[in-house]
Amino acid sequence: MSAVWVVSDSWTMTRRELAHWARQPVQMVVGLVFPVMMLLMFGFLVGGGRGIDGEYVEFLVPGMLALTMAFGLEATLTAVTQDLNKGVIDRFRAMPMSSSAVLVGRSAADMLQSAVGLLVLAAVGLLLGWRWHGGAAAALLAFGLLLLLRFAMLWIGIWLGMVAGRPELVQAVQILVWPVGFLSNAFATPESMPGWLGVVVEWNPLSATATAVRDLFGNPAAAPPSWAADHAALLAVAWPLLLLAVFFPLAVGRYRALSK
Amino acid sequence: MAISVEGVHKRYGDKQALAGLDLEVAGGTVHAVLGPNGAGKTTAVRIMSTLLRHDGGTVRVAGHDVAADPAAVRSRIGLLGQHAALDEELAGRQNLEMFGRLHHLGARRAGLRADELLERFGLADTGRKAVKQYSGGMRRRLDLAASLITDPEVLFLDEPTTGLDPRGRAEVWSAVRSLVGGGTTVLLTTQYLEEADQLADRITLVDGGRVAAEGTADELKALVGADRIVVVLRDAARLAQAARLLPDPAVDPDTLTLSFPVQDRMAGLARTLRTLEEAGVEAADLAVRRPTLDEVFLRLTDREEVAA
Repeated sequence: MSAVWVVSDSWTMTRRELAHWARQPVQMVVGLVFPVMMLLMFGFLVGGGRGIDGEYVEFLVPGMLALTMAFGLEATLTAVTQDLNKGVIDRFRAMPMSSSAVLVGRSAADMLQSAVGLLVLAAVGLLLGWRWHGGAAAALLAFGLLLLLRFAMLWIGIWLGMVAGRPELVQAVQILVWPVGFLSNAFATPESMPGWLGVVVEWNPLSATATAVRDLFGNPAAAPPSWAADHAALLAVAWPLLLLAVFFPLAVGRYRALSK
Repeated sequence: MAISVEGVHKRYGDKQALAGLDLEVAGGTVHAVLGPNGAGKTTAVRIMSTLLRHDGGTVRVAGHDVAADPAAVRSRIGLLGQHAALDEELAGRQNLEMFGRLHHLGARRAGLRADELLERFGLADTGRKAVKQYSGGMRRRLDLAASLITDPEVLFLDEPTTGLDPRGRAEVWSAVRSLVGGGTTVLLTTQYLEEADQLADRITLVDGGRVAAEGTADELKALVGADRIVVVLRDAARLAQAARLLPDPAVDPDTLTLSFPVQDRMAGLARTLRTLEEAGVEAADLAVRRPTLDEVFLRLTDREEVAA
C-alpha cells in the first residue's frame, strides 16, 4: 500500500466523520454545549460560594478545558463501539484500502472535534471574564498540552472500544470517567481534600495538564507547592506520552487481532 | 476454479470451527454453503474474504492465495456480511461514494458509480436519505450494491436474507439472479434450504466444520434416497388403522397424515391403494412426494438420526 493511498484513504475516513456532523448538527451542538453547561454550572452555582483569590473563573476555565479533553474518551469509545457492532469495519477490512486509514481517520476526526470544542469553551470563558496573561506563544503551548492529553485519551478509547465492543460497556465507562474527572484539580484544589485523596488528585494526569495549562495561561494555581505541582509541565507531557506508549500499541494490536 | 479451499482448519481457543473444510467453486456459478448454526459457514466466508486468518490448509480466491496476497484478493471480491455493513448515519449515496473512494476509483468515478448502482437497485429516489430510515430490504439492497462497487469476480453473501420479511427476501433473490448473467461467481451461505434450492447451481452441506455432502440439489435429494408415499386420512381412528397396515410409517396426528418410503413409486402407490381398500380404510388423499432438501439437511446434519 503506497503512502499516497494511506493519506487519501485516511482523508476519506475523516470526511466520513465530518459528514456525520453535517447530517447530525444537533448531536454535534449537544457535544459542544455540554462542557459549556458544566462551566456555567460550576462557575455560577459552585463558584459563587468559593473564590480562589476571588477569581474562580480564572481557575475553573483551564480545569474545564482539561476535563473536556479527558471526557473525549467517551466520544471515541462510543464511535468505535458503534462501528464494530454495525459490521462496517468488516467491510473496510475486506476492501483494498489502507488498513491504517480506519484508525488514522478516527483520530483525525476526533482531534478536530476536540479542537473545535476547546475553542468554543475558551470563547465562553472569555465572555465570563477568563483571560490568559502569558502571551500568544504560551497560550498556543497550553492548547498543545490539552490536545496531547486528548490524543492519549483517544487511543485509550480506541483500545477500550476494541476490547469491549459492547454498548453496555460504553455506559459503564461513561459513569467511571466521572470520578476520574472529579478526582482532579479541575474544580477544586487538593488542599481542601483529605491527605490521601489530595495525593491521588495531585498525581492524576488530568491535574498535571490542568496545572501546567494554568501556569502557561498565568491563571491562579490549584495546588499547594509539591513535587507534582512544581513539575506540572513535565508531567503534562510525560503522562500522555506514557499513556500513549501503553495504549497505542495495545489499540493497534487489537485492531490487527480482529483477523485472529 | 474461482474458489478453491483445501483442508482448512480454524480454531478459536478450544473450539474447532473448521476441521478440514474442502470447497471448489467453478467460475460464473452460484454455490450455496448450507448448514446449521455453528457449522462453520461464517468462519469459512470470513477466511475466504481475508477477514480472518486460517490455521492450516490453503485458500485461493480469484486466482490468489488469501494468506499470501490478501490485497490482490480484496480488490477482486465483494462481501455481503450477515449484518448490514453500512454507515447508518450517512445517506445511501454517501455510503456508496465513500466505498468507491476507498476502492480507489477517484472522486468523480466514485460518484458516477454510486448513482449507477442506486439506479440499478431501485434506490435512486432514496439515495439522499439516511440509511437508518431505510427498510430492511432497502438496506440489504444497498449493502449488496456496496459489495458490487468494482464488479467483483467473486461475491460472498453470508446469510443474505436472514431477518428479512418475504418481500425483502424476494428482492434480494432477484438481485442475486441478475448478477449471475454477468459472470460473477457467487458463494452464499444460508440456513434456508429453499434459498439454496432456488439460487444455487451446487450446494455444499457443512456440519461440524467439515463437508457433510456436496452436489446439485437433485443429487442431494437422491442421497436421502427413497420417494415417500403420503396418505391423508379422514379421522384419527382411520389414521391409527392405516398406521398398522402400512410399512414403517411416520405419523403426524395433527394433520392426519402418514408417510413412508418406497423404492418404486408406481408399484408402491398401487400396493398402498390395494392395502387400504382391502382393509376398508378410506383415504382422503394420496400422493407421492420427492424428498425435500429439508429432509436431506436433517438427515445429514443430525448425528443421532444418522447413527440410527
